[in-house]
Amino acid sequence: MSQTDKTRVVVVGNGMVGHQFIESLTTSESSEHFHVTTFSEEPRVAYDRVHLSEYFQSNNAEDLAMTTLDQYQAMGVEVHLNDRVESIDLQAKTVTSATGKTLAYDKLVLATGSYPFVPPIDGNDRQNCFVYRTIEDLEKITAAAQSGAKIGTVVGGGLLGLEAAKAVKDLGLEANVVEFAPRLMAVQVDDGGGALLRDKIVDLGVGVHLSKATTRIVDGEQCLHRMEFADDTHLETDVIVFSAGIRPQDSLARACGLDIGERGGIVINNQCQTSDPDVYAIGECALWNNRIYGLVAPGYAMAKTAVAHLVEQEEEFSGADMSTKLKLMGVDVASIGDAHSATPGARVYTYFNQPNEVYKKLVVSEDNKFLLGAVLVGDAEDYGALLQYMLNAIELPESPESLILPNTGGDKPSLGAAALPASAQICSCHDVSKGDIASAVAGGCCSVADVKGETKAGTGCGGCVALLTSVVNHELEALGVEVSTDICEHFAYTRQELYHLIRVGKIQSFAEMLEKHGTGDGCEICKPAIGSILASCWNEYVLKDEHIGLQDTNDIFLGNMQKDGTYSVVPRIAGGEITPDKLLVLAQVAKDYDLYTKITGGQRIDLFGAQLHQLPEIWRRLVDAGFETGHAYGKSVRTVKSCVGSTWCRYGVDDSVGLAIDLEDRYKGLRSPHKLKFAVSGCTRECAEAQCKDVGVIATENGWNLYVAGNGGMKPRHAELFATDLDRETLIKYIDRFLMFYVRTADRLQRTSVWRDNLEGGLEYLQQVIIEDSLGIAQELEDEMALNIGNYQCEWATTLDNPERLKRFRHFINSDDVDANVLFVQERGQVRPATEEERANLIAKAS
Amino acid sequence: MSSEWTKVCQLEDIAPNTGVCALVNGQQVAIFRRAKSNELYAVGNFDPIGKANVLSRGLLAQLGGDITVASPLYKQHYRLTDGHCLEQDGVSIPVYAVRVTDGAVEVGQ
Repeated sequence: MSQTDKTRVVVVGNGMVGHQFIESLTTSESSEHFHVTTFSEEPRVAYDRVHLSEYFQSNNAEDLAMTTLDQYQAMGVEVHLNDRVESIDLQAKTVTSATGKTLAYDKLVLATGSYPFVPPIDGNDRQNCFVYRTIEDLEKITAAAQSGAKIGTVVGGGLLGLEAAKAVKDLGLEANVVEFAPRLMAVQVDDGGGALLRDKIVDLGVGVHLSKATTRIVDGEQCLHRMEFADDTHLETDVIVFSAGIRPQDSLARACGLDIGERGGIVINNQCQTSDPDVYAIGECALWNNRIYGLVAPGYAMAKTAVAHLVEQEEEFSGADMSTKLKLMGVDVASIGDAHSATPGARVYTYFNQPNEVYKKLVVSEDNKFLLGAVLVGDAEDYGALLQYMLNAIELPESPESLILPNTGGDKPSLGAAALPASAQICSCHDVSKGDIASAVAGGCCSVADVKGETKAGTGCGGCVALLTSVVNHELEALGVEVSTDICEHFAYTRQELYHLIRVGKIQSFAEMLEKHGTGDGCEICKPAIGSILASCWNEYVLKDEHIGLQDTNDIFLGNMQKDGTYSVVPRIAGGEITPDKLLVLAQVAKDYDLYTKITGGQRIDLFGAQLHQLPEIWRRLVDAGFETGHAYGKSVRTVKSCVGSTWCRYGVDDSVGLAIDLEDRYKGLRSPHKLKFAVSGCTRECAEAQCKDVGVIATENGWNLYVAGNGGMKPRHAELFATDLDRETLIKYIDRFLMFYVRTADRLQRTSVWRDNLEGGLEYLQQVIIEDSLGIAQELEDEMALNIGNYQCEWATTLDNPERLKRFRHFINSDDVDANVLFVQERGQVRPATEEERANLIAKAS
Repeated sequence: MSSEWTKVCQLEDIAPNTGVCALVNGQQVAIFRRAKSNELYAVGNFDPIGKANVLSRGLLAQLGGDITVASPLYKQHYRLTDGHCLEQDGVSIPVYAVRVTDGAVEVGQ
């Protein structure tokens, strides 16, 4: 289809909702009929504003990005950044931008969002008074914090205000919240929930000032500002952030003559069309049924409706449920439906546990049969089930209070996936119903991960994952697929349970484990898994008689098997530092045995093409020259990559090579559920790429920053900043604990990145366990690591000293012949395995 | 029944639950020792899918009632009693007779 035949769609605003619209349209079946252009007044493409406060943790705008310019280009979307649409001509059907571009449209979509409401207080435009909406806003607040501000105050104690307070606190400022209403989150929670929420937030070190109407802002005595309140009290602060609600950004629509609501907002119908049928409005700028929706999920639903209308499908926007669940400064808060029991005749059940700081309230119908609303503070685990009760009008159990009472007797009624109707919405972010999940499973999805990939369910806020899992399992069971978390048919346990059994029962061998807890012979799943756990726990020589039959292909001959059955040899080169003399040894060995030589990604040298009988001879020479095994064959600690650091580098802040060598020596050979890669960078330039490693360390002026759970490879994941400015001793303590906690709790073959993604409670939970020792196991973890380090041995040195073991290193048990099937050819001056064709030719020539 | 037996090694040369490779009349034979019953199995050493002589270095795996070896290259299972590949119909490896006589392992042709 040529460019001129396409419907020209112009999208004004590239926020989350504008982006959702573009993505839905360009991935729809009719996408080729449209040419999409978008304008944004911001300097970057759409990003996740909901998680704006996380920007401070990474300080990396890319982490929040929902797309990239390249992706837009690939989708054929024309993007104008830093260019605000200034006017619309509804007659001529054109838009004109600030830089003077005039573009014709066939269909126009207004996704202009909202702007923060700044209360009309005298002095609200003073220096260091900000709003909280964009990355640029955050950068301004950061700059103020860095130039000497000590105290920051947020005006507004709603959802966004508390998010802003978290951002202020994360910047190292003393944070305050000033709220006009007598409680926090006045819209979503009631008095009881609000009171508990306040206590929890005060405990976190944030000052909360309720029922305060700010009258004016003047010069302070200790700080830059003094906020004066109507009750004649005042508060001094250096920075003020207004987060007192939003107003629809409707000025453009107003100026061109579209219908606007009395209190603002672009009026739309059920198809999201404005008063001009060729113009749509979606998201926070749109007024539907006299209502503005300030949440992202309804905005997404509007985007979907508008796309459906454009491609001539039937779909209507019919309002949206405003229930929310979120974590505010680590406090779980959820609000469902009629949280304030405003429905006539509504009855209320409350549960308040002050010592544990949990508040739960149910609002039920007069006849006690249906759930109308709920408030949860401190523990929002019941959110998913309660939301389903309300949305689908599922009849409540006889004693509705049992739904929120603690599960002491084990008879808490649970809302099984079976009870939900097919129409039940499981994921509200992406509007995925139970029926959609059922069809995905029927269509071949066999796991939660598959269903996530197919339907996007659970990939928005993540709040529905628990429910999603039970629905997926229910659907699988309905299809006769047995859902089992057992590791294999021989052990009815998960890896974590196996670890526990071995550790607590002090089990020393696979045979003992099989006898006590298993059945049958074992297989290639449970044998290496248990072999690895035994090694993690007791760190015995892996080729001992009782362990040898458990080792995977590579461990059993302490090398990496290649496609032709030969092995590669990787000696440890800690931190990537190597002397010329040692390089000469490697070169000579490679030359003598004609080994293909390549530098690895982990700053080591890999020698390929060694046959079984050559391995002991090669390693004898390497061990004699002072090398150790590199464990490249094991699910274990591999390398600690480093940059050259302060020793040589002009920019280096600390000795990254020295630390890398110490870390590698400390953890070398640690057997774990999967391989572990580390890196240490000597400054923030990050030349060692520590942020894509399982454990990454970056030098700062004040110590070391620790990052965890990153991954390159198949599914890249940025490591998360775990702790900052650590001294060496604390750094090592945290890494000890982190590694052993991972070894204890991960699934088999689960990298730290996936483990962390699946960890209930996320990074904060991990920090509590590792840093604050919330489970009281820190000492155990350190002791377990000490045992491991104490039992370290170079497996090759041990093997070379054991003639019985060396017997295995030959191709034939009854002959000194070598495997005639291993054939090499030359390429770029080195050997490589012959291809099948080359092999046939070589064999033909030889015979 | 095999008419000709070739002695390849002593039983104790094969660690329980592992395999070795023997050269028998020019053929590479993988011999496995199952720890639980002390039974021996002998099959071809060549992995027809991975196309390399490596099966003796695979892990012994029991799947349901089948005793198999998992190829060290791409993890397909070959049943040790009849050589059938469990993942790919129509692929199989040769099976050999094997016995222990006075502590010596013998492979039959």
